[in-house]
Amino acid sequence: MIKRDEGLKILARHIPDDIVVAVYSTAFDWVQVRPHALNYFAVGAMGLASSHGLGLALGRPDRRVIVLDGDGSLLMNLGSLVTIANAAPRNFFHFVCENGTYEANGDHPIPGRDRLSFAGIAREAGYAATHEFADIGIFEQQIGSVLGETGPVLIDLKLVPGTESPRDYRGLYAAERRATFRSALMQP
Amino acid sequence: MSGSLPGPAIIAAVKSAGVRFVMSVPDIVSSEGLLHPIARDPELRLIRVCKEDEAIGISAGLTACGQRSMLLIQHTGLLDSINALRAVAVEYSNPVCLMVGLLEKEPGVAPTKSGRYGVRIVEPILDAMGIAHHLLETEADVPIIPEAIGRAYSQSKPVVMMLGRRPTP
Repeated sequence: MIKRDEGLKILARHIPDDIVVAVYSTAFDWVQVRPHALNYFAVGAMGLASSHGLGLALGRPDRRVIVLDGDGSLLMNLGSLVTIANAAPRNFFHFVCENGTYEANGDHPIPGRDRLSFAGIAREAGYAATHEFADIGIFEQQIGSVLGETGPVLIDLKLVPGTESPRDYRGLYAAERRATFRSALMQP
Repeated sequence: MSGSLPGPAIIAAVKSAGVRFVMSVPDIVSSEGLLHPIARDPELRLIRVCKEDEAIGISAGLTACGQRSMLLIQHTGLLDSINALRAVAVEYSNPVCLMVGLLEKEPGVAPTKSGRYGVRIVEPILDAMGIAHHLLETEADVPIIPEAIGRAYSQSKPVVMMLGRRPTP
């Protein structure tokens, strides 16, 4: 298993200026690992990260869009895998931060924990490529190449919590952060 | 009230408002008059979604990129998407534009007077959420479309345009 903050630090080295949509516990870690105007946390309703990401990918096909989804979150919007595969954005990279629990809501297990395969579901939905990583060394070795593939690509990261980041909900979802994102995206 | 609701005029009005993306789950109300023609229209990109709330997220992402979009769905899908509308459209001030078929609403009858419970509750729910809404019942209502979409984007607020009858192809 990969410690979440350590995995995100490796990922951040490869995507210094990409659009990143992140949710819940991963979002709190991500904003510490890569504070950036192009971080997008305004998902609003649980499960919709992949859909926001699709909108961003369609609206800016010239930019790579990274979605750091949760496993419980994606289970709420599995149909989006089919929608995304059908829309086929080449710039769309969909990470599932799979810890097997609803971590932000009391650590209850997700349905199907240790049985379902997000990579398998995405592959059958029609994603261009899928990957699973449970070893940080292999992840570090291969992620650069994976990010060079043609999307949509799903990358399932088998995670455990690492060092916990501050949980500043108001700061993460502040209107100022949304405005900053939009103006940064409008820059050429 | 008599009259018809011409689909070509609706599509022209939507395009005149700068909309280039349409996200849809098929609805028999708008199927022939709107969705089939939109699917063939080279000036519009149709994104077929599996569930209506996906489209609310997609719309927000497109808005952040400066792109205008519209949802084309049935009122049952609107009812299923209340939480996404609450959060993404209202609380996060996104100009989510929805064109909504009122399945089985009687032509010429106000939605709140419909014999269908699901249709009657749409406007009161939107009022409770503070979401602007307009009824498109005849051709005379079509000019509402670009005005409503333009206002939604200038004010960063959602708007619902309800189809009071089946648009004609």
